[in-house]
Amino acid sequence: MLLRAKQQIRDGVIQGLIYLAVLLVSLVFFWMLFDLAHGGAAHLSWQFLTESPIDAGRAGGIASILVSTALILLVALTASVPLAWATAVLLAEFVPAESAFGKIVRFSLYVLAGVPSIVFGLFGNAFFSIYLELGFSILSGGLTLACMLLPILTSTAEAGLRAVPDTYRSSAAALGLSRTVALTHLILPAAAPTLAAGLLIGIGRALAETAALLFTSGYVDRMPGSLLDSGRALALHIFDLSMNVPGGDNPAYASALVLVSLLLCINILAMKLAYGLQRKKIMT
Amino acid sequence: MQTDRVLTGILRAGALLAVLVMLLIFCFLLFESWSALTGLSIAGFLTDVSWHPLEGTYNLMPMLSGTLLASIGAIMLGAPLGLASALFIVFFAPLHLALLYRRLIELLAGIPSVVFGFWGLTTLVPLISEWQPPGASLLAAVLVLTLMILPMITITACAALTAVPEELFRNASALGMSRWGTIAGVVLPAARVGITAGIILAAARALGETMAVLMVAGNVVQHPESLFDPVRTLAANIALEVAYAMGDHRSVLFVSGLLLMLLVMVLSAMAGLLEERQQV
Repeated sequence: MLLRAKQQIRDGVIQGLIYLAVLLVSLVFFWMLFDLAHGGAAHLSWQFLTESPIDAGRAGGIASILVSTALILLVALTASVPLAWATAVLLAEFVPAESAFGKIVRFSLYVLAGVPSIVFGLFGNAFFSIYLELGFSILSGGLTLACMLLPILTSTAEAGLRAVPDTYRSSAAALGLSRTVALTHLILPAAAPTLAAGLLIGIGRALAETAALLFTSGYVDRMPGSLLDSGRALALHIFDLSMNVPGGDNPAYASALVLVSLLLCINILAMKLAYGLQRKKIMT
Repeated sequence: MQTDRVLTGILRAGALLAVLVMLLIFCFLLFESWSALTGLSIAGFLTDVSWHPLEGTYNLMPMLSGTLLASIGAIMLGAPLGLASALFIVFFAPLHLALLYRRLIELLAGIPSVVFGFWGLTTLVPLISEWQPPGASLLAAVLVLTLMILPMITITACAALTAVPEELFRNASALGMSRWGTIAGVVLPAARVGITAGIILAAARALGETMAVLMVAGNVVQHPESLFDPVRTLAANIALEVAYAMGDHRSVLFVSGLLLMLLVMVLSAMAGLLEERQQV
């Protein structure tokens, strides 16, 4: 009986500690979110979103920054999505999981996924900006991000394709459809929600990125005229305002709030798509 | 069929290109590092007076120690908190609370590093500075990194805990084990490999993290003597100096990038091996 009482006390203490840890984590996170919302809401307005930055961002808004961010994202997705999805289709549908080719591709993507973003930045600076002579431009920033997105887009798409039941493939084969037709008419439509979720996760990753863009897409906060102009991404704008611009804290708060809300929407949408798919699978 | 063969060809070309990107990155880092790796003595990276790139002394050790200390500190704080969070979600919390807390953690996993850095700079650094100036310090870096890796540790630990087979629980309760007895004696040993793999991946993330650390760590090149000393990490050093570095200096920065990449690759290979072993 004494042992039982001792156990109960120990269990209670440990439960208390775990609750304390959770409380601490939640408090810190709410503190942070509150700070961002509080500091940002004061400065955020419609004008802030539609005006270009004045006086290194102390005044004015972030319109040109948003345009640059969108352009960088567009370049990154145009370059990486076809490549990533082609690789995913090949890995999931056309190559046996144990083949040497599949293993090599999967291994290099695994390595790529672990590379720190600053190293992508170094590579982008050396290869795109200097070797290919693209300079500090939206194009070199976007292409650097494209390299970063490859592994995440490929792995989410491959997982989505593998989740399509094999009965689809055998039924298509029994009907005498070619694999190309089966892929375009059956498997890709069935996997579309996960592909979209993966795409959204990739977009979120790209929007959050700063280090890889520091010396590829550059710092210029003007409205970009072409893809070869330098353009400052939103995340970089927050960094620059808080580190290099005295008195830039208020616009930095507002920019951070814009970025975080944007990412929040994207992540929630991605989760909805992924969970929706799971539910459908359970019900059928 | 004709179209199938064409399609496979196109897909193979795409996949090959994806592999080439990895090779290209590695080759370019090596290529840019080459003049430093062959022209300067490697021992100089360990024994030079300090990091004075303009005078040609390139000691990387203070930055390496800064990087390692910040990451180790973050793991020491983040691992217990993350594990406690995962245990809370899987075993202790009522269902709706567990779901809510899980959403909060997933939300935090999506917050960009620059926002963590910004919050650290505007909130944590002034707080620490009131207590022990200058504020921008190893401690601030550790705290911000802890917040950043905590969601990752929690999510991977959750996955490992939920993967523990149901029958182990039934056996434990048949033996009359208490809740913590079951967790400590049965569940944690069964989930150990997955939890460790998650922590190793988090360590890799902490080592390579640039922006958040750059913003709060103070960036003084030195071996820190206390938690309140400013430090500079390898990644932060690259971000600070690439813009104006020339010649050997630039090449040494690429060497430190290569070093960082190798460190992270070793860690993620370890995590990969662990996960593979668990699946068998």
